[in-house]
Parts: sequence; structure tokens; C-alpha cells
Amino acid sequence: MIRIGIDVGGTNTDAVVMDGAKVLAGVKEATTADVMSGVIAALKSVLAASGLAPDAIDVVMIGTTHFTNAVVQRRDLAATAAVRLGLPATASLPPMVDWPEDLRAAIGNHAYLAHGGHEFDGRVISPLDEGELLGIAADIKAKGVNSIAITSVFSPVNTEFETKAGEIFAKALPGAHITLSSDIGRMGLLERENAAVMNACLRDLSKLVIDAFRDALDACGVKAKFFLTQNDGTLMDAAYAERFPVLTFASGPTNSIRGAAFLSGVAEAIVVDIGGTTSDVGALHKGFPRQATVAVEVGGVRTNFRMPDVFSFGLGGGSLVVDGPKGVKIGPTSVGYKLNKEALVFGGSTLTTTDVIVAAGRAFLGDHAKVAHLDPGLIARTEAKIADMLETAVERSRLSPEPLPVIIVGGGSILVKDKVGALDVIKPHHFAVANAVGAAIAQVSGEVDRVYSLASMSRADALADAETKARAVAVSAGARADSIEVVDVEDVPLAYLPGNATRVRVKVVGELHVA
Amino acid sequence: MSPKGYVFKESDLLPLSLGAALLGTGGGGNPYIGMLRMRELLRKGARVEMLPLEALGDEDFIGSVGGIGAPVVGIEKIKQGQECFRALRGVEEAMGLSCAALISAEVGGSNSIEPIIAAAYAGLPVVDGDGMGRAFPEVQMSTFFIYGLDPSPGAIADDKGNVVVFKKVVDMYWLERFARHIAVDMGAGAGFATAPMRGSYVKQFAVPGTLTQALEIGRTILDARAKRHDVIDRLLEQTGATLFFTGKVADVRRELRGGFAMGEARLVGVGEHAGSEARIAIQNENLVLWVDGAPKVIVPDLIMNLELETGEPITTEMLRYGQQLAVIGIPAHDLMKSERALEVVGPKAFGYPDIAFHPLASSNAKGRTP
Repeated sequence: MIRIGIDVGGTNTDAVVMDGAKVLAGVKEATTADVMSGVIAALKSVLAASGLAPDAIDVVMIGTTHFTNAVVQRRDLAATAAVRLGLPATASLPPMVDWPEDLRAAIGNHAYLAHGGHEFDGRVISPLDEGELLGIAADIKAKGVNSIAITSVFSPVNTEFETKAGEIFAKALPGAHITLSSDIGRMGLLERENAAVMNACLRDLSKLVIDAFRDALDACGVKAKFFLTQNDGTLMDAAYAERFPVLTFASGPTNSIRGAAFLSGVAEAIVVDIGGTTSDVGALHKGFPRQATVAVEVGGVRTNFRMPDVFSFGLGGGSLVVDGPKGVKIGPTSVGYKLNKEALVFGGSTLTTTDVIVAAGRAFLGDHAKVAHLDPGLIARTEAKIADMLETAVERSRLSPEPLPVIIVGGGSILVKDKVGALDVIKPHHFAVANAVGAAIAQVSGEVDRVYSLASMSRADALADAETKARAVAVSAGARADSIEVVDVEDVPLAYLPGNATRVRVKVVGELHVA
Repeated sequence: MSPKGYVFKESDLLPLSLGAALLGTGGGGNPYIGMLRMRELLRKGARVEMLPLEALGDEDFIGSVGGIGAPVVGIEKIKQGQECFRALRGVEEAMGLSCAALISAEVGGSNSIEPIIAAAYAGLPVVDGDGMGRAFPEVQMSTFFIYGLDPSPGAIADDKGNVVVFKKVVDMYWLERFARHIAVDMGAGAGFATAPMRGSYVKQFAVPGTLTQALEIGRTILDARAKRHDVIDRLLEQTGATLFFTGKVADVRRELRGGFAMGEARLVGVGEHAGSEARIAIQNENLVLWVDGAPKVIVPDLIMNLELETGEPITTEMLRYGQQLAVIGIPAHDLMKSERALEVVGPKAFGYPDIAFHPLASSNAKGRTP
């Protein structure tokens, strides 16, 4: 299978062509404001480098930070109505209550509380009131709002009210974009609702962006089906991505960790992606990034997305090196993308980590003579400091006491010697485009997160039921049923309660089914 | 009432919830939602004053309210808002009196803020103190009941307007049992009020100054982060806590027994504790800390886990493999360590008959200043 992986970052659009497990070509182009022309440039140049015709491509996988950036920068967001079903419960905190003021204003601050919702054990909090919802629909219509997010209490346990309310709104407001929270998030009302509302406000933009990707492929003559990567390193098809743009959040770091895993052939490791200004460190477990367990904020909004647990720190190839009375200080300031003008080895006047590594004879870049004057003591102390920063960051991310390899990717890889602390270092080929490789190799997942009452069923039955449901989710997302494996099972008893209620989370992944 | 009350500001809520989370000693529920609810009330003009114990009149009635239910339900089925307030009215009507102030039974976790919210609805002040100085899993484990408060009447209220009053319960264990069952029927999240107490009783038996302590802890953590100081060092200095272990979580075992999350975490030492091993017994809260096999901190003394890097309080539900933690201990208040108290909240009461309670020596604790 020939596939293309594309990573559309804030600065660069990277692309690779892969034949099975082999990387045929990899390129970096500048990201453009319209997204499309940058993708076209990357596609054309990677096809040329691979020597393949556009019709040889079987499938295209795209990772993008475009939707995250839209929320962070508060641009291109649609006015959105947040409708919550749960009264009288939840009245104390209306939708978007914990959002930054400017973001709430950017989407119009249309919050509605209505009756509905379920208890943890599936009982109804209050029945759905169709008349009440029609009244809200009329108000939404009068305000000219076309995106609606519907969140019902305990919808991960019972989706009935969200589905019904969705039908009522669809009928009353033909053509409206409707997002149901149970399609996106897990337990945690505010976080799931936040995700649903952010998704709804991205629906206009997602149509534009997905169309731009489609047009870019057309313009290059690539007829293959295309997918987008989610924040957990798995795929969704273009139509699904258009409906759920929020699921692309954080796919960037995920793709680089997954790409590192693939290029190195290692499934358990610590991955360090060293850029010009910062390094991202994450842990690989069974070939996937370990996920964060605490709430992750996007653009100042709390979410409970399946996000990789990535730790960023200020060490990069362009980090400034300053010698002072308290020892050498490295970063967090960096010359960034101006490295090839401002670093000493490139004729500039700023001492960077890259200069020190060149002076130490560990890399051959620019003009070595321009750093020949550096004090050997400073070089040694800087190298020691870099090693120390890396070791601290890697230790922080270690999953187990077993010795794990450290995979280094990204342009700043020259900063790393053959060991980080006592751990071995792997620097795979094509390390600079690891994120596009991560997109190209993405799999398909299914996840279920719900509460079971073990008063009426055994724990084993609950786990089996959750697994069946997760497999069905994966198949509907495009996985080949016979390739599906369970990668994560978690059951947490609900404390302080008799009745043995347990929250079960099951995640499965499988290979993409390419017809 | 004394005019010396402290009026809560919006900027107090984050430090209060952070400090309360730490005093939760691993349990007590997440105060984040309560913090947001209180913020909404303050933004709508609510005003709540915090009074020191000394400010209470001996004959005043002091009400105690809190949430009851499962923390995981609390993050999904958010409160209507007036559950605790309605439960308070339930006990007031049953006794035919009006309360002059409210107090938390449990400063650790989400129940630090519930009484402040109910106080906002009732137009009452709250008392700077509580019945535990930390978190415990059951209602009877507060100083109020340990030292003999008649548990009748109690009341529990839900989001829908149901209020159940327990007119007569023979002891606090029955109250706990009834309340917990009705809480499940109410959707595993409800407001709970226990019998109002005389001001003289509260002055004698409440753990004093604990809301201020939570505020100070939270402010210290936030200030240390802002100034890029070592959060743990600053906390030790501010609270007089002792650092017992720094290590990495090597194993977390959890099981459900009788509705409680029981378990044990194992840590391997890092830094100055490299080569050592620690274990923490869990029953919703952290109960016993062993270092290299020897019990170092024992319930009711406070065992608190913080993320080494950020100083974020880590609850027992958040514990996971690979986390780097600082484990610190603070002596419980003397009211929690009397013979009478230890029968209810000592190691034997939690199923450790072989461990004798050795109190932590109070170290260089600085005075608590509001």
C-alpha cells in the first residue's frame, strides 16, 4: 500500500510517501495562510521526490493543527448555541461558565438550560420537554445561529435524550450543524460540553478546510481517499472529520511520537522531539502516546480529550546559551527559525546550543572557525547542562523502572549524545519528518467510557460489553474488524457509594480498511 | 457577632480550592466545580463573611452542611445549587430554630466550599474551622460527632426539591447509613445537613482556622509557581509540614470494598530518597505511610501527595504509575488525636489493629494568619 502522510503545522507543512513500512521520500514546505497552497506545494514536491505518479497513491493521511489554532487565536469561529439537558440539576453552572470571556464572546454566548438528563444508574432526571426545546429552537433561529451543541447529563451512560433533542432541533432548524456531546467526550459534564461547543463552533471552518484538502489533492491529481488524524494518533475519514473537527486537537505531538515509534521500530520508549525553541517529551506505550490524566486546556478551555501527556521545555537547537555567575543558562529564549542567520556558526552574533555542539566537534554545520574561540570550560558546562535538562525531562516521562530507549526526532537532534542518563538513544532515519510519518501510519480506534452498575451484572460482563461497543465504534470509523486489538482497559470503582457502580473505559485500535 | 469577619473575594477561590484539595489528604472530592459555583454567586453579588471561632456567640446555633455522594457523579451531574441550603432549612424547621452561621464538617476537598455556597443563599457567615481539619470518608468522623453531638435531626436534599428529614436517629452510624442510601436514590449527589450546634460547642470542638489554612496553602502554591520557586520547599516552610518521601509511583492497586475505594500505592525513591521504598495505604484518603517498612505517618495525621514538579495536590483517584511525588505529613489537630477521637479515626478504626498511633511531632509550624 502506497500512502502519503501530511502534517500541516503552524510553520511547516511536511509530507512523506511511504510504501508499506518504507519511507520513499520526505519533504518540508512552508505552511500558507490558505492551507491549500502549502499542501499542494508539499504534495507536488514529495511526489516528485518519490518518483511516483499521483494515481499510484492508495491513501492520504493528514494531520493538522489548523482547528486548534483557530480556537487559540479566536478566528473563523461560528456563533454557536450551547443547549444543556439536565434541569433542575446543573442549574448552578450554565454552559461555557469556565470559558475565557473573549472566546465566549467570539461565539456569541448563547447558553440554554433545559429539562432532561439521566442519573448515574440510567434513571431519568426529568423527562425531555419538546415544547421547551422548540422554544429554544425558535430563539436560536431568531438570533441567526446555525451551530448547536447538545449536552445531556450522563449521556455517556444513555444517549437517548441527546439523540431525541438533536432530531427535534434538526426538524425545527433545517440545515443546522448539530453536535451531540456523547459523540465526542467522556464523563465530566463541563469538559464534555466544552468539547461539544468547540466542535460546533468549528463546523463552518471544518467544511472550508476539508474542502481545501480535497481540492489540493484534486489539484495534484491524487484520487485516493483521505483521512485526518485524531489527537490519539488514530484516523477518521474526511466526512467524519468535517463533523468532528475538535478531534484533531493535539494531533501534532501525537503524530511525532507515533512517527518516532514507527521509524525506530520500538513500541515502548520515551520520545523527545527537539525543535528550534522547545522540546516535547512524551512516553510511548504499546506504540501509542501515553495520555494525560488531568484536564487539558485548549485556548483556555478545560477539556477531557484523549490528549497525549506531553511535557514541553525550553531546549532547542536555537536556544540561547548565557554564561553567568550561577552557571550556564540555556533558553527558554531562542533565535528560532532565524538560526541560520543569527547563530555564530552562520555568521551571526548570538551564542546558541547549536554553536556549542559544533564547537565540541559533534556536528558539522556552518563555519567551525567562527566558534573555535569558545572556552572549552564553557563548552563542557553547556554540554553537561543540556544532558542534565534532557535527563530530567526524560525521567519525568518514564513509565516504568525498566530501561527504555529514548527516541530523538526533530531538527535539534544534534544536541543529544548516545545516552540520556543511563538510557540508550535512538536517532532514526527521516527524524525531521517524523510527524508526517506518524500521520501516514495512523490506525483506527474505538473508545467507550461508561458507568456500569455491578449490582445487576458481573465485572467481566461489564468489561465484555464495553469491549463489544468499542469494537463497533472502531469498525464504524473504518477499521478492519479482524485487525482490532484492545489497547487499554480501565475500570475505576465509584467511591463513597454502595451498589458497586464502576466506570469502565475500553480502547481498541485496528488497521485501516482500504477497499 | 464580631465585626472582624473576612469577606470572601473571587480571587480567594482558586487558592482555597487548591488548599482544600491538599487538605483532602488524597480524598474529599475535587473542589473545582464548587469553586466555579461560588464564583458565579459572587459575580451575581453574593457576599459571605468568614468569622473566627471566637466571634461566635455561645447561644448561637451553627449549622453544618456538605455534599454527600460520589465524586465521579459530582463532575457529571452538577448540582442544582440549593441542595445544601434546602437541607439546612430542613434541620432548622425540624428543630424550630434559625442558624447564625454555617461550618464545614470537612475542610478537605469539595466540602470546604459547600457551606460557603449554602451561606451565600442563607445570607449567613461561615466559620473559619471545620470538624476534621482534613477529609474522612464518613460523617461520624468529625469532631462534632466524636465529642458527643446528638445526631438528630439530620436532613438530605436533592436537585429536584425532595428533602428528607431524619427526625430521630439513635446514633451517628445510623445517620450515616440512612443518608448514604438515600443519597444513592437521589442520584448519588445530594446536600446534607446535620443537627445545628451551639456556638459554645463549636468553639470547644471545631478544628480552628482551617479555611484560612487552606487559603494560605493555596496562596503559597500559586505564589511559588508564579515566582518559579520550589513549590514543595515553600509549602514545607509555610505549613510546617515534614517531607517524608520523594519518589515515583511504581504500582497502584485498587479495589472496591463496602462502597469505598481501598488500595495501596507503592513508591520507589528518587533524589535524596533513592534506594528507599514507600507504601501508602488508601481508603478514599491516604491512611498510612510506610518508608522502608516502618510506619512513618499514621491516620489521623495528614498524609499528602503533591506532584514534585508543580506542587499540584494528587488525589488517590489521580494516582498513576510513573508519577513523581513528594509525600508530606502534617500533624492532625489535638482534637483528632484524643483517645476518644482515635477510636473513630485512628488506625484501628480503619482496619489496622497492629499499628499503634504515633503522632507526628509538630515541627516549625508558623502561626496561621488570616
